[in-house]
Amino acid sequence: MKRLLGMLVVTLFSSVTVAAESGPPLDPVYVNLSDKASLQRGARLFVNYCLSCHSAAYMRYNRMGEDLGISNGVLKENFLFATDKAGDLMISNMPAENAKKWFGVVPPDLTLAAKVRKPDWIYTYLRSFYLDEYTASGWNNTLFENVAMPHVLYGLQGTQRLTGTDSEAKKPEFELVVQGTMTPEEYDNAMRDLTNFMVYLAEPIKLKRHTVGVFVIIFLIILMIPAYLLKKEYWRDIH
Amino acid sequence: MSKLMSWVDDRFPATKVWEEHLARYYAPKNFNFWYYFGSLAIVVLVLQILTGIFLTMHYKPDSELAFASVEYIMRDVPWGWLMRYMHSTGASAFFIIVYLHMFRAMLYGSHRNPRELVWLIGCIIYVALMAESFMGYLLPWGNMSYWGAQVIISLFSAIPLVGDGLAEWIRGDFVISDATLNRFFAFHVILVPLVLAALVFLHIVALHKVGSNNPDGIEIKKNKDENGIPVDGIPFHPYYTVKDIVGIVFFLILFSLVLFFLPEFFGIFLEKDNFTPANPLQTPEDIVPLWYFTPYYSILRANTVDFFWVEAKLWGVIFMGLAIVMFFLLPWLDRSPVKSIRYRGIQYKVWLTMFVISFVLLGYLGLKNPNNVDLLLFKNVTWAQILTIIYFLFFLLMPFYSKADKTKLEPERVSFK
Repeated sequence: MKRLLGMLVVTLFSSVTVAAESGPPLDPVYVNLSDKASLQRGARLFVNYCLSCHSAAYMRYNRMGEDLGISNGVLKENFLFATDKAGDLMISNMPAENAKKWFGVVPPDLTLAAKVRKPDWIYTYLRSFYLDEYTASGWNNTLFENVAMPHVLYGLQGTQRLTGTDSEAKKPEFELVVQGTMTPEEYDNAMRDLTNFMVYLAEPIKLKRHTVGVFVIIFLIILMIPAYLLKKEYWRDIH
Repeated sequence: MSKLMSWVDDRFPATKVWEEHLARYYAPKNFNFWYYFGSLAIVVLVLQILTGIFLTMHYKPDSELAFASVEYIMRDVPWGWLMRYMHSTGASAFFIIVYLHMFRAMLYGSHRNPRELVWLIGCIIYVALMAESFMGYLLPWGNMSYWGAQVIISLFSAIPLVGDGLAEWIRGDFVISDATLNRFFAFHVILVPLVLAALVFLHIVALHKVGSNNPDGIEIKKNKDENGIPVDGIPFHPYYTVKDIVGIVFFLILFSLVLFFLPEFFGIFLEKDNFTPANPLQTPEDIVPLWYFTPYYSILRANTVDFFWVEAKLWGVIFMGLAIVMFFLLPWLDRSPVKSIRYRGIQYKVWLTMFVISFVLLGYLGLKNPNNVDLLLFKNVTWAQILTIIYFLFFLLMPFYSKADKTKLEPERVSFK
């Protein structure tokens, strides 16, 4: 019976790994929520670029400030573009009807984007825009074909052209046509910061959840000692 | 103190209840690992009720507000995230515990004479629990909540003549809507919890009338000392209360590991499609029910053939219903002269193993696309059909193999193994 169950577990897990998603391979991103500086840089990018069109309608500015160690003064000066109240939700100023008119779709809320998509997906997506004369926006994305979103970060990355697909890795290959303000390496790092921030944004409590968990489990393990000794003491006369 | 107690006892049977159900309730002294799950189920029930109360303080049962209110609980309500994760993890823990609790009964014959009513009430609890979790799952109003409910409720429309009307009556609308959300909220927080609490009470009353079974499957009441106390019995309190505390603490450690470190549990406890608000215009790629329903979902989808002038979908619903009904019949299907697996022959052991494998694999296949090949060789739907047959044969052939089985002699006294 035990051996059968063991075999069962092996077959289950082996098939889970096989059933990976199709589509172009994703570039792995190193997410580290304890890197406050990275989260702050990501937050800057998020409010400067993403928040123009997308909302993060379940998140408040001051919560972000508190968690990421951004003072109220800095928050007001550098982060509050869409509102003047730090307690407000991070809602884009772009009216939904206009968005629909301009892009054909209302840009989705990004609060939980990192839960809906994997962090690797976001990181790869943000680096996969290329020039495409056949689309309405003039941009296309290898990971999300014919996406309505234009490449808003082209000022940083520069503009790239799709040159082909690497046959072995099945990865798209790009060529930088116009240099941006960042070097490719700087841009990758910036996108890592932004992804990192979006992982935080999807679940702010993740910063503290693990720490609380460690304390709770240590407490329970200590509680186990008297609980076990009590049981042993009582059961001495049964065994 | 004793004066106060006798004052109370003259007016309310406090001491009597205490003694009958705890201090002088004699349980067999050889309970093993499998006997923790009863008390754990009560712990989780209490946990769900308490965390649920806190969640209702901030949750909004309104299709416009529900999704945001859950995120509000996760972010703005102090410790709201803990209540929410305890509740969502607790739901899965509840089913794990209940499945193991039921399996214990099948191992040691706890459903057999004289405990049929304990078992039947337990089966009703199981069904009530399924209703409770199904309705609770709609409340976050995520896209999987929405489509999961849409699919399951539409099953009722497979019933001839009254089906469409019935589905509409359940939803309160032609599709899942605000009306559905509100009524599911009412049922989830009031009706079903009340029913569950009452049923759990009856489950325990019925159990304490007949006394607990044990891993040897023999009746300790047959062997009493001069005071009428079973020789192999020990008072539930303090012996099993102190033992269960150890089990509860151990469970809480495992529970906390999931709760604090893997609350989504690889997208099985909280699914990625449920982080998008309900959208009637956008169907998720694969609509999958919660993991604890997936064995039945597989059985439903395994029915792909129309026969006897009945369409496949209705057969699916019928077999899904029968799969649950089978559990109710178990006390009468089992005709072995012994109760415990320790004294049964090879046939029951093999059948029970096959049943467990089919249940687990059906559950796994329920999460997958029926047309893919995730196990060996055949398509998932083919495997589901094979496993469904094994599932039903385990029950339907039980009267024969349980009787024909070569059993061992039961001991006179309970044993520790």
